[in-house]
Amino acid sequence: MDGFLALAGSNLLSPVVLSFALGLGAALLRSDLSVPEAMAKAMSLYLLFAIGFKGGVAVTAHGVELQLLQAVIAGIMLSLLLPLLAWALLRVMSRLPAVDAAAVAGHYGSISIVTFVAASSLLTARGMSAEGFMVAVAAAMEAPAILTALWLAARGARGARGARGTVRSDARLWREIMLNGSIVLLLGAFFIGLITGEQGMAEVEGFLLVPFKGVLCLFLLDMGLVAGRGLRNSRGLLNLPLLAFGVLMPLLASVCGLAAGLLIGLSPGGVVLMMVLAASASYIAVPAAMRVALPEANPAIYLSLSLGVTFPFNLVLGIPLYIAAASRLAAG
Amino acid sequence: MQTHQAKRVEIIIEAPMERRLTDILEVAGVRGYTVTPVHGGSGRSGRWSREGQVSAAGGMVAILCIIRPERLDHLLEAAFAVLERHMGVVVVSDCEVLRAERF
Repeated sequence: MDGFLALAGSNLLSPVVLSFALGLGAALLRSDLSVPEAMAKAMSLYLLFAIGFKGGVAVTAHGVELQLLQAVIAGIMLSLLLPLLAWALLRVMSRLPAVDAAAVAGHYGSISIVTFVAASSLLTARGMSAEGFMVAVAAAMEAPAILTALWLAARGARGARGARGTVRSDARLWREIMLNGSIVLLLGAFFIGLITGEQGMAEVEGFLLVPFKGVLCLFLLDMGLVAGRGLRNSRGLLNLPLLAFGVLMPLLASVCGLAAGLLIGLSPGGVVLMMVLAASASYIAVPAAMRVALPEANPAIYLSLSLGVTFPFNLVLGIPLYIAAASRLAAG
Repeated sequence: MQTHQAKRVEIIIEAPMERRLTDILEVAGVRGYTVTPVHGGSGRSGRWSREGQVSAAGGMVAILCIIRPERLDHLLEAAFAVLERHMGVVVVSDCEVLRAERF
């Protein structure tokens, strides 16, 4: 417990978390502070490329192993199954309509790459290494949850009298999901790192390693602004049960991630990242898919929950908690 | 100068639906259209702003096209198939153009 409190305290005072807090506070206080849209996009591209590249290089150092395949399969299974847990929790805890519950559930099966990046950064700062292939696991976990969410929505529409609309799911939607820019860039950079290895890293480390944390701080400043504006505009939408869900769900999901990581035999750092991936909720790939497939679901609910509640929770308390748990259980 | 009657159709729709709608417009015989980003606004789901979105998925776009009056019904029927369940606004107004053969 002392270890967790010390870790949470140092995490709370890290530049990354304080930058997020600055953005959040500025937005809640209605400051006109803003990050230009093009700059936010550029920073997002940079972070995805850097984390993907580093993951690929790390895999070359250890070689491609069976564990990679096991971790990817475990990630896909988590992404497929976690929405069922989220759905059950939402049905018990809240009175959310079936279509909204299905959309929210999809977000909690998928992942937040920024949470993954922040956790990787904290692990590096603590001298904990993780398997490089966890980047590929992150990419693999983006989409399967959407499948479960659409199944839940279709089931809800059949079962509930007066349920709104039907599910629009076609080949074009799936092409858009699978070729989502962030997935393509993350996997592409991973393979570039895998092909070029340490030599490739030596050529670009001045750009990809040194400024990484500074860019992450600025990006999280923007995320704080976005989360703060979202929370301000969604006042009245998120009641107490939904807020409780936004904190409880990542905790339960992280336990599933912990079990999967331990089962595969990942390193403590790898287990942390598996827990982070399970515990985080999407706010990029899944919202776009939900707007097309489930337009009746209220975007303010799922975005406010994933970005305004679960993301800050994971960033401030979740990641230190997952590190403390994995350090204790995976090391032993 | 000689002008010709035409219809101006302006559709504001969620950004993820843009390509689906423009594809339908092309199939419906629309010869040209303009897509512009929408900065923000307010509607049944409350106020929103482009700045407050973490990705383009939460944004909206405006699609503007000018067509001959006799093509309007066909265009609206085709567009409705895409728009029916989504947030957005469709506005049709009368306008005049100089070169009718372009529409």
